Amino acid sequence: MEKLVEQFSVGLFFWHTLLFLGLMFLLRKFAWKPILNSVTEREESIREALNSAEKAKAELVALESKNDELLKEARLERDAMLKAARETREKIVSEAKGLAKTEGDKMIAQAREAIENEKAAALEELKSQVSSLAIQVAEKVLRKELGDAKRQNELVSTLTEEINFN
Amino acid sequence: MQLKKSIFALVVSLLFIQSASFASSSEEGNPGTDLKAEIKQDIQHHLMDAHDFHLFSDKETGAHYGFPLPVILWDNGLQVFMSSKFHHGESVAEVNGNYYVVNHGKIYKTDESGTLEFDESHHALNEKPFDFSITKNVFSIIVISLFIFWIFSSMAKSYKNDLAPTGAAKFLEPLVIFVRDEIARPNIGEKHYRKYMSYLLTVFFFIWIVNLFGLTPLGINITGNIAVTFALAILTFIITQATAKGEYWKHIFWMPGVPVPMKFVLAPIELLGVFIKPFALMIRLFANISAGHIVLMSLIGLLFVFNNWFARGAFLGLTFFLSMIELLVAFLQAYIFTMLTALYFGSAVAEHEEHH
Repeated sequence: MEKLVEQFSVGLFFWHTLLFLGLMFLLRKFAWKPILNSVTEREESIREALNSAEKAKAELVALESKNDELLKEARLERDAMLKAARETREKIVSEAKGLAKTEGDKMIAQAREAIENEKAAALEELKSQVSSLAIQVAEKVLRKELGDAKRQNELVSTLTEEINFN
Repeated sequence: MQLKKSIFALVVSLLFIQSASFASSSEEGNPGTDLKAEIKQDIQHHLMDAHDFHLFSDKETGAHYGFPLPVILWDNGLQVFMSSKFHHGESVAEVNGNYYVVNHGKIYKTDESGTLEFDESHHALNEKPFDFSITKNVFSIIVISLFIFWIFSSMAKSYKNDLAPTGAAKFLEPLVIFVRDEIARPNIGEKHYRKYMSYLLTVFFFIWIVNLFGLTPLGINITGNIAVTFALAILTFIITQATAKGEYWKHIFWMPGVPVPMKFVLAPIELLGVFIKPFALMIRLFANISAGHIVLMSLIGLLFVFNNWFARGAFLGLTFFLSMIELLVAFLQAYIFTMLTALYFGSAVAEHEEHH
């Protein structure tokens, strides 16, 4: 201890204190302040970036769920539209079918009626032609066999009465 | 990896160059008491400050290698001359009719023939002028301070272009943040730590870098000098007292939460503690660094005392190992000094709401 006190150099103490304080004030102005400021600034910017990233992530999640909802809605709407379309189609088809059937029935009935009419007309004509043919035949026969027209007519009418066309 | 390599190179060069200085001084010496005394003297000489920057010398031819430094004395006016006038302590320097001589690193006033009077314990009794010389330590502090300033101001500049650390900042920034987040913040508290940052950072990097320079073959021993550690401790002391809040003084003179008679007992103890704390700071740093230097130099000295290759190899290995330990100590002592300083600052500004 005594040796330490004896060795103590006031000059070194003086210079060291002076130089150390000088160094400290210079460093404070030119190094520590700018360094600590930059470091703090960077830390803050990192924190901010992290926060905004977190926020963006949350937004993305919200957006996604919104998208999902929209998609779901769209799907429902589509389904409803498809269903309605199917119904409409079925209705139209069944209506058309009904209409076509009645129309067809009607046409068939008409055709049938026409056929009947034609058939009746044809029969009538056939009847008249056959009768005229028969008359002509009978006339020719009778002309030869019967000279008398009055007798002939009586004979014809009895004959035609007898002939049944069924 | 780069850093590890350069530290390794540094330590190896330290070993070889310091060894070389011993080798040159002990070539002719017959191994024995002469050599041991010489090594002891060399170590003593190394631990002390010097008036010239001495790198190594050849005792056979008496040649010294190094350079002189200015001597500034206050002796009836300012006396300034170069230390080369002392011829490495071997002759009397004459300046403006005054005669000075160096004895054990101190400058004494003397007469033309350099007479010194001694008391019974070999202390010189001559008058000592006030010595404000730029000694080896002062010179080293100037150079190292310039180095520190250059490093950190360029680090600060590197942030102007890019907020991400580049170059030296990559290595130093974690240390700056370490001082802020591991030393200042937890010990002083979020509210007050900012105003102490300049001192804490400067003291940390100053002690650490000076300690590292002390391990180079330049043979400088700044933090192992009591005047330097005293100056650092006194700054801590002054800053603590100057920034102390009422709570701090209350805890010293009128300790809350204890019975009144205890308050009277505690007051002198606490008051003593105020002075013991920086005193311990001063002694701790001084003792650790000088001890490291003494041990390393003694081990290197032992390489020359033993005339046996096995022992020399073993001591070389031990020296290398201890140099590694000293690198750790260099950092550790800087950390401890800064840490305790922060702790004292913390007690000065503490608000003690949570206790009592």
